[in-house]
Amino acid sequence: MPFKLSEEFKTKAAHICAKYPRKDAALLPLLQELQGAAGYVAEEAMDALAQYLELPYARVKGVVTFYTMFNRAPTGKYHLQVCRNISCHMAGAPGLLAHLRAKLDITEGETTGDGLFTLSAVECLGACGSAPVMQVNEDYFENLTAEKLDALLEDLKHGKHPLKR
Amino acid sequence: MESILLKDKVRGLEGYFAAGGYKPLKKALALKPAEIIEEVKKSGLRGRGGAGFPTGLKWSFIPKDAEGPRYLVCNADEGEPGTFKDRELILKNPHALIEGMAIAGYAIGAAHGYIYIRGEFTAEAALLETAIADARAKGFIGRNILGSGFNFELFVHRGAGAYICGEETALLESLEGFKGQPRLKPPFPAVKGLFGSPTVINNVETLAAVPAIMERGGAWYAVIGAGKSAGTKLFCVSGPVNKPGVYELPLGVPLRDLLEKSCGGLKAGKKLKAVIPGGSSTPVLTAAEALAVNLDYESLTAAGSMLGSGAVIVIDESQCMVKLLQVLARFYHHESCGQCTPCREGCGWIEKLLNRLEDGRGTVKDIDTLYSVADGMMGRTICPLADAMAMPVMSFVKKFRSEFEAHAAGRCCPSEAPGKH
Repeated sequence: MPFKLSEEFKTKAAHICAKYPRKDAALLPLLQELQGAAGYVAEEAMDALAQYLELPYARVKGVVTFYTMFNRAPTGKYHLQVCRNISCHMAGAPGLLAHLRAKLDITEGETTGDGLFTLSAVECLGACGSAPVMQVNEDYFENLTAEKLDALLEDLKHGKHPLKR
Repeated sequence: MESILLKDKVRGLEGYFAAGGYKPLKKALALKPAEIIEEVKKSGLRGRGGAGFPTGLKWSFIPKDAEGPRYLVCNADEGEPGTFKDRELILKNPHALIEGMAIAGYAIGAAHGYIYIRGEFTAEAALLETAIADARAKGFIGRNILGSGFNFELFVHRGAGAYICGEETALLESLEGFKGQPRLKPPFPAVKGLFGSPTVINNVETLAAVPAIMERGGAWYAVIGAGKSAGTKLFCVSGPVNKPGVYELPLGVPLRDLLEKSCGGLKAGKKLKAVIPGGSSTPVLTAAEALAVNLDYESLTAAGSMLGSGAVIVIDESQCMVKLLQVLARFYHHESCGQCTPCREGCGWIEKLLNRLEDGRGTVKDIDTLYSVADGMMGRTICPLADAMAMPVMSFVKKFRSEFEAHAAGRCCPSEAPGKH
């Protein structure tokens, strides 16, 4: 399917490019814009962006695949990203991950059948003092326990966002 | 001891004004740039991101006669496992960073500054954007700041998930829209940095200390702390202590005081086994070593480790050192940018060897191989990521060899016990 950059995107993009002396420096923020709108960065979007910034497609694809925060496929409505680095590990992250795997019946990198949850194990989120930590889309949930996790999943299932009441 | 960085009620501009905010900028703009650099040199302020390089000296490396633009970059790509101080500082005192950057920009002759913040910190990036807009509205950022003729634009640039971008030249690559792969030095960023121009890169905590130094003088700052380790430092404590969190203390504070007085000691029933004192890359200390060391650049170097980012990771007796090292190896292997063979291959081999030991397939020879692979990585790559893997490996194996040998002898820890592994 051909991908066309929207006029709204182009207006934003011009504003973002103006922050840098060279417009290709805006590659990361522009990819973030595209992902913000679609939830992921499709091959066609990379191609369109490459043309817009007058860059080789390989440069864009190389950047997308280098950074872990760019999704190349759609994720669930809620992307559960559980930190598994040292401080979270000591605070029980493996148990939380196992709990989520069992409860959602998916493994890391998979999405539930209803399209609601994607599960990922991620590296240090920089909130080690309140380990274990999980990021759901953009929001941090800290000092987690299995019980808190269950309550959070219930809230999310019912469209309630605990941080945005 | 009063806090210089972590203050309450200064998050908004009004509160920051009430605490004397943006007066230091006014004071700085009345001085010559060289005088500011002199004052920062006098303060003894050193880089708080991990390397501890003297800040004033770094600023003075910008060539005086260089034509064209110069840039100031703030490294807010906080990613060293165990580190969460810059996040706290941004959330509590964002204007100290913004004011520090305006002063630093003036001192080095930069008209543009970028704050490179890790992509996951969405709320923190938004807060900075708002704070910058507030500062701009009052004339502290933008054109002709406070009528001085000095122009300084400040932008927030979000990363996208790559530990390596905390390394300053990888950060520059990323800021220019490339993969974050470190550059060969020389040329150093002070000569050829962002967009090929002279650039200073400082950590959030370093820049946020600048306004206080301007206001109260380098000599005032220099007597806080311990000798060559001047000033206060944010220590972030994680692990099984009663009150984990970020604490601002003078450099040179005994690690024992941080754990017992600030953090309220270890949780009931937990016994100290080891401490990683400066972020996951720094060599581990045994409990005895940790309880005898002071937290400053020199003392930790003398104890065979490093102050690093001030991330104190507390490890208790219930933890398996082989498992923890496996967790770190998985991380470094994942984060190696792949440019240099010793790092790309070495991190992979280390992870494989640790997987073997953890799975009960390892031998004593594997322990020696582990050590020698790490030894072969040290100092042989473009950036210090290989060292950051090698240092924990060598120190864990040296100081906790019996645990590795127990694994080699088939006495492994139970796998995937909830809350443990």
